[in-house]
Amino acid sequence: MASIQYILKRLALMVPTFFLVMVIIFLLVRFLPGDPATAIAGDRASDADLAAIRDRLGLNEPMWVQFWLFLTNTLQGDLGRSILMRTEVVDVIFDRLPTTAFLTLYAVGLSIAIAGPLAFVAALNRGRWPDNLIRTVFQVGLSMPVFYIGLVLLTFLGAQLRWFPVGGYGEGFWSHMYHLFLPSVTVALYTSAIIMRNLRSAIIEVLDAEYVQFARAKGLPDRLILGRHVLRNALISTVTLLGLSIGNLMSGTLVTETVFAVPGLGRLMLEAIFARDYPLIQGLTLTFAVLVSLVFLLTDLFQSSLDPRMRLS
Amino acid sequence: MSEVTVNTTSNAPKRMTRARLALAKPGFLLGCAIIGISTLLALFPQVFAPYDPNFIDYLAVRQPPSWAHPFGTDSLGRDAFSRVIHAYSVNMQMAVLATVFALVIGVVVGALVGYYRGIADMIFGRVVDAVITFPFLVLVIAVVAVLGPGLINMYIAITMVGWVYYARLMRAEVIAQMGNDYAAAGLVMGYSDRRIIFRHLLPNAITPVVIYWMTDMALAILLGSSLGYLGLGAQPPQAEWGVLIAEGRNFITTAWWLSLMPGIAIVLTGLGFSLIGDGLADLLRPRG
Repeated sequence: MASIQYILKRLALMVPTFFLVMVIIFLLVRFLPGDPATAIAGDRASDADLAAIRDRLGLNEPMWVQFWLFLTNTLQGDLGRSILMRTEVVDVIFDRLPTTAFLTLYAVGLSIAIAGPLAFVAALNRGRWPDNLIRTVFQVGLSMPVFYIGLVLLTFLGAQLRWFPVGGYGEGFWSHMYHLFLPSVTVALYTSAIIMRNLRSAIIEVLDAEYVQFARAKGLPDRLILGRHVLRNALISTVTLLGLSIGNLMSGTLVTETVFAVPGLGRLMLEAIFARDYPLIQGLTLTFAVLVSLVFLLTDLFQSSLDPRMRLS
Repeated sequence: MSEVTVNTTSNAPKRMTRARLALAKPGFLLGCAIIGISTLLALFPQVFAPYDPNFIDYLAVRQPPSWAHPFGTDSLGRDAFSRVIHAYSVNMQMAVLATVFALVIGVVVGALVGYYRGIADMIFGRVVDAVITFPFLVLVIAVVAVLGPGLINMYIAITMVGWVYYARLMRAEVIAQMGNDYAAAGLVMGYSDRRIIFRHLLPNAITPVVIYWMTDMALAILLGSSLGYLGLGAQPPQAEWGVLIAEGRNFITTAWWLSLMPGIAIVLTGLGFSLIGDGLADLLRPRG
């Protein structure tokens, strides 16, 4: 296991990063066109009302005081009120978070299920037709925009064949699995292309490594070599890659939620942008940043607990 | 100086064989062909498109593909084929304009912080950490929200986020190059920092950045058309692949070709850039 000291060091490094993340979000939102007070109270609000709102939001204070307010409020879990939803931003986000988390994990599971076996087939048949075929298909997949994959699946498997629902989230675990199948496949087709490439070369690299040749020379059966050495090493690099591409995964989820009308954080983000709901945009951007850095941290810990070489550096 | 000349002559035949190797690869050739044709279509769309892309004909609405309209007509009777062809101008422009400023800024910043290190490098490291903490699309969408939807604002947004990735790559490569003898030789000779950075280090360090640039152009088309589809990039009635797919979405069960064809154009162009990227990687990377 990774030592407590290592975890503490990693967490300490996150402090300056998050300070900058907060600065970026603060600056972005301050530059949003339009007056936040008008956005909250509506166009017909009286000047006195607008002044009162500005005062309450601290918009008359100097910039650094406003930033301090934003920082301390956020640390206390107060992200303000959503203009669009008319409730606390924190509540709206926690309401939608499970949907996006479900979709993301589902997509990760599917992409491993798709890419894993195919990467093994490609690596073991290196340079022959199964390898070339698999690599060509995934290369084309990588050139396809996520929304387009989604639209094609939606049209043929959803609208035409009616095998799957064309939108929504459903009630209960199995209904979620059913409703989110097409959206997850959409995200997974893209992610699996990235994983497949990496996994294939990782497997080939391990197969060529001296310790595997030694295991062969020792007379160990191939099944044992694949399970013990190849799989373990390939797993480490795949999880690391998945962890590091969590940003891409989230971007894909965002677009997919829009195509399939899944009520998650991504669709909420677009709604917030079109409604100019600045507290919600601010909260969502921060949430995405927190999610990504959490995954980065977990990836790091996972990697250092499985790969002893990581612990030394 | 004489040593440099000797080096060039001894390198020339090796480079020739490498070029021949790359040209012998069918993938690289295919990529060049696709991008060559795409560039022609982008530069002279009016030569290849049979109709004006914005000509509205209410008497020919949502017609299936025919000889007169190879990709059919849309809900306003505009010729879908001409719109896909004219979109080449916008989408190919995207591949260049969404990446080239990020490339230049990233290369200069990356080279400078990599060479001088110190406090600027430490700040740069924190900025990189902060920017990669956001999903790329989330940050770009947030910037577009600030600036307002539209092509120009989209380019600005992608540049503001994208330069970080180029700079990170360039910095790492410059630091690696500085370990070489020629960099130390430059210092000993008393050359100015500017000369060492831009004449010596930069040409040697830029290869991975150029390879990444090719992949990034493919990504820029994917990103740009995604934003167009979401209503944040190019705005209708401009013909852009993402916009065209979004326009066809409402008729996807009755006139599926309206959305299908622009998608194929995206896939082909993206594939072209990544094939060239792969070929260049083989061509430019030192053989191991």
